[in-house]
Amino acid sequence: MHRFANPGRFLRIANAVLPWIAVLAAVLIGAGLYLALFVSPADYQQGDSVRIMYVHVPSAWMAMFIYTVIAAASASSLIWRHPLADLVAKASSPIGACFTFLALATGSLWGKPMWGAWWVWDARLTSVLVLFFLYLGHMALMGAFDNAARGARAAAILALVGFVNVPIIKFSVEWWSTLHQPSSVLRLDGPSIHPSMLWPLLAMGLGFKLYYLALMLVRVKSELIAARVSARASAAAEAAA
Amino acid sequence: MTRKRRRMIFVLTGMVLLSAAVGLVLVAFEESVTFFYSPSELAAETPPLGRAFRLGGLVEEKSVKKLEDGLTVEFRITDLAESVAVRYRGILPDLFREGQGVITEGKLGADGVFAAQEVLAKHDETYMPREVADALKEAGQWRGGEAKE
Repeated sequence: MHRFANPGRFLRIANAVLPWIAVLAAVLIGAGLYLALFVSPADYQQGDSVRIMYVHVPSAWMAMFIYTVIAAASASSLIWRHPLADLVAKASSPIGACFTFLALATGSLWGKPMWGAWWVWDARLTSVLVLFFLYLGHMALMGAFDNAARGARAAAILALVGFVNVPIIKFSVEWWSTLHQPSSVLRLDGPSIHPSMLWPLLAMGLGFKLYYLALMLVRVKSELIAARVSARASAAAEAAA
Repeated sequence: MTRKRRRMIFVLTGMVLLSAAVGLVLVAFEESVTFFYSPSELAAETPPLGRAFRLGGLVEEKSVKKLEDGLTVEFRITDLAESVAVRYRGILPDLFREGQGVITEGKLGADGVFAAQEVLAKHDETYMPREVADALKEAGQWRGGEAKE
């Protein structure tokens, strides 16, 4: 981890791997969507409505995964003062917020035909809504200070405090009686989902992860370049004075 | 002790204390986090008449009756130990059928019949193609509810 904390080395590695990650993400999402929409079978209970799952579930995974990345980056920013950790957290939260919104919106579209309601206040849905607000709060706090480093510090503390919500989301469907059904993929006795539906789902899941990684690297890169430009501009201004 | 170590201990202690606090809060609020009651829970502790709450369970086999007005449905919700009679007037969700998990919201009437204002269908976490479900039924390995016609 510490080896990548050097911005120059980070830029070299990011530039080298970025095209590969982007192409792989596009291939996986393209293939996953094709399998999900045209090849995979309709569900025995839900019919074709089950195809919403192939976007809904990977989005929900990303919502929790990106928040975990932000929490880890925040911890290393607070403890080891890694120069890149704050940038990773800052670059990640809008992407995470988008995935959380996507999970909530597709869940709502799925809930109406299957459950009979767009929204219910059960533990799973409510805790994901709280996650969405945590993302918005994180983004707001990052930009709320004139001094960027203080904003990053405040946002890192919020991210760590909010991290308790992630296990609550994950286990909400097991701890309490919810309308939302329990996990189908990550469970102790193996997936309760037929392989013909599991593979497209996993392809989409991995595709979404790589898509996030590519987007995050681009955003961190642009932050580093912006910092370099403003450092150069202030150096030039000093030289002129 | 280095400053990094001190900061790490500070962050870790903070996280542990925070998780403990949130855990206690959740245990204390367990009643209100629970989305629905089961028929057995209702039998154990009678809820106040006239207060709305949610009741969840399976629709009992051969209990669904449509009344003559064509809109009111009567059925029993069971958790295989206890069961409660439910009356509902309105449109049922697609997944509603005998053997299916449902959650209803409404009030328990004085006659012991649960007057539902809303019926939500709960589906389980099993996903499979219809052919596989049919094959499982044929082989006598079926453990789920009824498939959609």
